[in-house]
Amino acid sequence: MFLGLRRFPGRNLLITLVNTGMGLPPVVVGLFVFLLLARSGPLGNLNLLYTPSAMVIAQVIIALPIVAGVTMAGIQNLEEKLKYQILALGASRFQYLFKLLQEGRLIVLSALAAGFGSIISEVGAVMMVGGNIKGQTRVLTTAIVLETRQGDYSLAIALGIILLLIALFLNILFTYLQQRRLS
Amino acid sequence: MNTLMQLKNVEVALEGKKILELEELDVHSREFLTVLGPTGAGKSTILKLMAFLIKPKLGEILWQGEKVNFPVPLHIRRLISMTFQEPLPFQGTVFENVAYGLRIRGIRGKELRMKVEETLELLGISHLKNQSAKRISGGEAQRAALARALVFHPSLLLLDEPLASLDPLTKEKLEPELYRILKQIGITCVYVTHDQEEAYFFADRIAVVDHGKILQVGTKEEVFYRPINAKVARFVGTENLIPAIVCSQENNLVSLKAMDKTLEAIAPFSPGEKVIACIRPEEITLKKDGAALEKVSARNQLPGTIVSIDSLGPVVKATLNCGFPLKVLITRRSALDLNLKPGDLVVATFKATAVHIFSEDTGGKNG
Repeated sequence: MFLGLRRFPGRNLLITLVNTGMGLPPVVVGLFVFLLLARSGPLGNLNLLYTPSAMVIAQVIIALPIVAGVTMAGIQNLEEKLKYQILALGASRFQYLFKLLQEGRLIVLSALAAGFGSIISEVGAVMMVGGNIKGQTRVLTTAIVLETRQGDYSLAIALGIILLLIALFLNILFTYLQQRRLS
Repeated sequence: MNTLMQLKNVEVALEGKKILELEELDVHSREFLTVLGPTGAGKSTILKLMAFLIKPKLGEILWQGEKVNFPVPLHIRRLISMTFQEPLPFQGTVFENVAYGLRIRGIRGKELRMKVEETLELLGISHLKNQSAKRISGGEAQRAALARALVFHPSLLLLDEPLASLDPLTKEKLEPELYRILKQIGITCVYVTHDQEEAYFFADRIAVVDHGKILQVGTKEEVFYRPINAKVARFVGTENLIPAIVCSQENNLVSLKAMDKTLEAIAPFSPGEKVIACIRPEEITLKKDGAALEKVSARNQLPGTIVSIDSLGPVVKATLNCGFPLKVLITRRSALDLNLKPGDLVVATFKATAVHIFSEDTGGKNG
């Protein structure tokens, strides 16, 4: 939102970074987080590698530019006068930002859906930083990879169907929120 | 008279370019001030300043005599409300749109419902309250936008061309109604428009703006009937601007020479001064040349030839050649009675008081 609203030095650079980030290969993010958290890495003493926290960090890095980039475009796309109108009715800074998100709901939810889509289907990064440890850091995607490699295709297919159903369900929810009370 | 808001030596720049420069502009309590000027004159910028939506590069804004510092405290911003040319509806119903200003002020429940319904009633749109605000007609949407701006009882209402995007019929209906509503609630209002008739209709006072500067501020009579220069005169619809020279002056009654004609006017100018005489086209009456000249109190009687007759519906605009062009507005009825056609010889008659004079070069000297 900040990117969409404010003009500041370095804004274009930041936008370029965000846009690049939207196409960031997850494996590279995985490698980067892996190196960061590895025992001999700069954050190695936190002992986060091969934990769910490490996976969350990697996923956030993958999803953030997508959510930020799409939200920025959406907020920028709202009419300039609408922004003035909200403030002219006496909105505080926080109320103003909240109202913008509400008015840009369509695009904000699209951003969330896109961010969600990019991480639920992600394998490489979570595998690298999570380690695919059974009962701890094994997720649906990494489990599918593992079962396929082990030749247990029926289990892999079943897991695939579950993954698809979860994605479908959440997207139905997003769509509902997005299209509710819209024209 | 209380001054509610005051802009002092304010300058606004956009991308390094100065777009507004005001020495002083006051808004008096409970008055209707209209800001009149062509598109791009800086009218909307004045409103945005008054709503504290933009920050002036230089100068200060005073609210009830006290200087307002940026960032402007929320409690001061909340005394002011503004609408735009477009209704800019939010998502949701008309009720929710109107309720917004109350909700952000922490008003809930029964009080909220009462205030919203009262305001919807005032604007005559109670029946629309459950409809989507994005799906109502232009006139209705503008009413909803006004309701949204009025519901929290602001001290100052800023209206940016509220009727400009409406079709003529809707506009004709809403214009007097809006005036009545605003007078009824006794609000202070600054009304921006490029339409001189609208400006006159709504105003107690008028500020004429062009190229980011105020050309004249005064009561609507002053601005319309005593414009200080040719530019203002044109904005307010004075079509006859006649260059002339003062020949004589006695007790403020001056006689002017314009081409080969003599005009009389009331103004404190001295012989030899070069001036512009302006006469509003509706101040002039026409008689057929040769018709029995009754005694009239009008001091000015100019013979001329009709060049063209243009019907504007209920009124007719006649253009005369009196040595200089002279435009005259008469009713359709009198045009028919006189049976006017191009080439006819007529006499244009108007009072000395209908002639307003300003100095040719400065525009500052006022008569």
